[in-house]
Parts: sequence; C-alpha cells; structure tokens
Amino acid sequence: MSLIEASSISRIYRTGDVEVAALRDVSLSIDAREFVAFVGPSGSGKSTLLNLVGCLDHPTSGSLTVMGADVAKLDRSAAAAFRGEHLGFVFQEFNLVPVLSAYENVEYPLLMVRNWPPEKRRAQVMKMLAAVGMADQAHKRPDELSGGQKQRVAVARALVSEPQLVLADEPTANLDHDTAHKVIALMKQMRDEFGTTFVFSTHDPKIMEAAERTFMLEDGRLVHQEQRA
Amino acid sequence: MIATLKLSARNLMRYQRRTWLTAGLITIGVVAMLLFVSAAGSFKNVMIGQITDSMLGHLQVHRKGYVASVDNLPLNLNIGAKMLERVKTELAAEPGIAAMSVRLKLGAMFSNYTETTSIRLNGVDPQAEEAAAPGLRTRIIDGDKTGPLVAPGQLLIPDLIAKGLKVKVGDTVVLVATNRDGSVNGKNFTVRGVLEQVTGPGGRDGYLHTDDARELLRMDEPEAMEVAIRLHDMGALPKVEASLASRLEKLTNKEGKPVLELHSWKALSPFANIAGMIDLMTLFIRVMLVAIVLVSVMNVMLMAVYERIREIGTLAAIGTPPRRILGLYVGEGLLLGLIGAAVGVGLSLGVVALLNVYPLQFPFGRQIITLQPTLSLQEIATVALLVVGMAVLASLQPAWRASRMDPIQALRHV
Repeated sequence: MSLIEASSISRIYRTGDVEVAALRDVSLSIDAREFVAFVGPSGSGKSTLLNLVGCLDHPTSGSLTVMGADVAKLDRSAAAAFRGEHLGFVFQEFNLVPVLSAYENVEYPLLMVRNWPPEKRRAQVMKMLAAVGMADQAHKRPDELSGGQKQRVAVARALVSEPQLVLADEPTANLDHDTAHKVIALMKQMRDEFGTTFVFSTHDPKIMEAAERTFMLEDGRLVHQEQRA
Repeated sequence: MIATLKLSARNLMRYQRRTWLTAGLITIGVVAMLLFVSAAGSFKNVMIGQITDSMLGHLQVHRKGYVASVDNLPLNLNIGAKMLERVKTELAAEPGIAAMSVRLKLGAMFSNYTETTSIRLNGVDPQAEEAAAPGLRTRIIDGDKTGPLVAPGQLLIPDLIAKGLKVKVGDTVVLVATNRDGSVNGKNFTVRGVLEQVTGPGGRDGYLHTDDARELLRMDEPEAMEVAIRLHDMGALPKVEASLASRLEKLTNKEGKPVLELHSWKALSPFANIAGMIDLMTLFIRVMLVAIVLVSVMNVMLMAVYERIREIGTLAAIGTPPRRILGLYVGEGLLLGLIGAAVGVGLSLGVVALLNVYPLQFPFGRQIITLQPTLSLQEIATVALLVVGMAVLASLQPAWRASRMDPIQALRHV
C-alpha cells in the first residue's frame, strides 16, 4: 500500500462569490522511502498539495489518504495529533522558535508534542543534531546561526520524532546555491539513514534534479510526473 | 505543565521592557490596593475599637423606644428592677458574652458654683463598666489612672466641660437632676478625672457611681436605662446578636409583647456608615485593580499573539495540540500575574512594616489617630488570587485565538 494516495483531489477557495481552484483533479501515489519533489512555478498548487498531504487542510473533493488515514475526516485536534505522530515539517523560512537554542528547537516536538521522557529525549536530540552536523552548535540560538545551519536544525527537528514522512515547502528558497544543494543532500542522506519518506516542493530546476521522482504542477493541475532514479 | 511554563517564561523575556512595564503596573496596583486596605483597615479598627471599648460596648439592651428618644435621656423608659433581673439571667446564659454593665443614664445641671452647664451622665458600677468598656480608663487624660474607675461621690467629666468651666481634678462641683416625678435633687461631687472626648454617641458623657445616680434620681429599686454588653469575640457579633435577640424576644409585658430592644454598635454609632463607606471604597479600588490587570495583561497578550502568528502556525503545523498552544499563552498571563502579585505583596509588606516603625498620625475631629496598619494573610491571599485570576482571565481570549488559528493562514502571515 502507498504511503500517500491521492485520487482526483481538488481544493477550491471561495471568497464571496469568487471561486479559485488552487488544485484540480490531482491523482498521485507515493511510496515509503521515496525522495519526491513537487515542482512548478509560483501559484501552480505545490504548497496547496503539500498542505493537504500534511493534514493542514482538507480537499474540497476527491480522496486523500496519508498512511491509511483519510485526511478529510480528521478534525483540528485529530489532525494535530496525526501530524505530531507521523509527520515532520521543514519550512522555507526555517521557522525555528527564536527564544530556544538549536538543542531546544529540536527537542520541542519530543517535549511538547510527544512527551518523551528526559533521558530518551536527550539521546534522541543529540543523535539528530549529530546526524545533521550541528551537535557542536546545539547551544546557539537561531539568530546566531547561518541560513544553512538553521535549515539543518529544522531538518533535525522534523526528523527527531522519527516520522514516516517529512514534508518540506521550498526548503532551499532562502539559501544560496551551494547551501541549498547541501541541505537537499542532507535530506537525502537522512532518508537513507532513517528510511524516512521526503516530499519537498521547489521551483528551482537545479534542486529539482536531486529528486528521485518529480510531480510537475501547473495552474493546479498535475501535468507531468517523472521517475528520475 | 512545567515545560509549558518554562517556554511561557522565555516568551515573556523576548520583550523584557514590555514585560517589566506590565508587571510593574500590576505591582503598583497591588501595592495601592494593599496599602489602602491596611491603612483604611487600621483607621477602621482604631475607631471601632475606641467606640466599642470605651463607650458603647458591642451590643446594648434598652427598653423599647429608648434609643429613638435617647437625645432626651428619658427617665420613663427604664428597664424595671424585675425585668432587669430577667435580662441579667438571659445574658448570663449566652456563652458569647464576656461582660455586661448596667447603666443609669441621666441629664443634669453641672455647676462649679459660679457657672452652670448641662451634662449627660452614666451611672455605672465601676467594676462592671470596666469589664464591659475596658478602654474607658485610657480616656482619663487628667487624674489618677489607677484605682476604681469612679467611687461614690466622685465624677469623671468630659474635657469640654472641664475646659469650659475651668474645673480641675479634685474640685468640688454640684449636680442637679430632675427625677421621673419632676422633683429636683442636688448632690456635691469631687472631680476624679477628666475624660478625653471621642467621636460618636456618649463621647462627651460624664460618669458617676450607680449609687449616686440612683440617689440623684431618688430611685428606690435598681433600674437601668441601658445594659452595655461586651463579647468574647467581636467577629461573632452577628451570631450572638441573633441568639440574644431571640432570648430577649421571650421577655414580654403583661400583654405578651416584647418590651426590650437589642442594638449592635453599628446601629448606635454613625461611624458604622463611615466604615461602610470605607468598605465600599475598598471595593472600588479592587475593581480598579481588576481593570488594571485585565487591560494591561490583555493588551500584552494580544500583542504577543499578533507578533507571533507565524510561530503559532509553525507550532500548530508540527503537531502541538491546540490545548498546549492555549496553555503557552495562558502561562504567560499567569506568570505576569504571579510576578506582579509577588512583587506587589513583598513591597506592601515592606511599606506596612515601615509604617509600624514610623507610624502615621493624623487629626480626626478633636482626636489624633495613630495608624498601625497590618495585612492579614486572608487579605494578601485575596488580592494575590484576584490578580493572578484576572491575569489568567485576561490572557484566555488571546490564548484561545492563538489555539484556534488556522496553521496555513498563520504560516502565510507576514
């Protein structure tokens, strides 16, 4: 069974009498351990699709299951619990909590979402920081880190609770070219190391090349998919 | 819970100036509230203590109708000898009563042989009076403060008359009184002491021995105009008053109607209204404190939510349960309230301690009142709980807003 199964999903936003279709009739299937990119220009529906897969939004029509869960049937609390249990997120602007150190940012999901015991938590956080090469920067606050370092911490935070799926919305958009490639390489390395499925969005053709499978979106429609490796 | 509070504390420290300003505002409110309560409470206690301990007692028993015409000191509304014995029996059976003093109240002409004026007098048994009004002796500003309060042939006079008629301790004066039948009687007295005048009814009365009062009024049997009662615990006043009222209700005349009336000091002294006003002002200040806490904490929390919308979206996206996001913001309000209350209580205790070392004095009527403010644990707990409760309440709406935020909208916020 696929990890993600979308069947003719659409997402239509209504503002008064105006309807905007952000996603139209998209069907796709993603298996475990895949390294997948949603690609396309701005406004193509990449982020909308990621939001739906990340249980942050509900499809207007169609069926979407993520790890067997029907996304449309999850209410606010159930969706939050599902995200905390099964998903990791990496954001374009890193979105680290500024008052917490790198260690504390990575610890946050285990402490505030999963309630892991302190010893187990400490070992896991250090393991993840070491895995992304940030163990020696653990005590630093986000404003003391470079963009690339922040995104490494963000990747560690996404992986720390050992989710099956990590979703990354334009994770390299705010990074220079070299750093962007390093972050993508890190994500791939994490996939290899921990077996986590990675789905990220990008509009950068060079970054897109790192994906093993790409789904090309235009005007909310899935126009092309390609297996690269 | 602890983790949530720790993160709330970190969040508060993001904008330290704002946090300390808000906590400072709450602190000022708490200090103002507690100092007012302690100073006003001290003033109230001094005045009530003076009124009850040196004049009225806590409760008084009269013949029905006496209090309504007390200004005329009527001699025809006495409690008769037989009824007085029954009253004493009932009072002795009431466990909350510590002491009672039977008083004969009369108006008389006071003369130093050259000038004459009117005087209000209480004929008392010195021992019983001292037990029921232990503060009376402290009002002796001229004369021997030891020995019997007033012996037969002696007189305690108010300072107003002593000054007006230039009468000193040891002088001989004469009292002339009219009895119930309209006949006049006079008797010589020695001035035993001069009493400080105090605010309230009876504050300008003189005192003589009950035997002298009976002699002046040509009263054959031991009658009374008033029985002053002192309780073991003033806090038990409502309970004892109710119990005693039902006891006295049973003492009826030949027609089966009650002949006595019972009044607490509150009904007899106008200061009870001032005390009521002080309580009302305390309530107003409490309402102001609530408003200060509500407005300042809500303002800070609304700002905090607005400034951290994207962060809220991030926390929600990575699976933080809505109740935990709610807890984070309520925690910030709680901590603001706790800091303000703790610092406020600490400062107030310090100022109160200082005021006890260097007491404040101010004139009230012809008296000098010395304030000795105190803060009860109950008052401190009430104010602290009020402040913390209001801080939590004020943070609930912004916290609820944060917890209900759509993660996608929040993440898009610029």
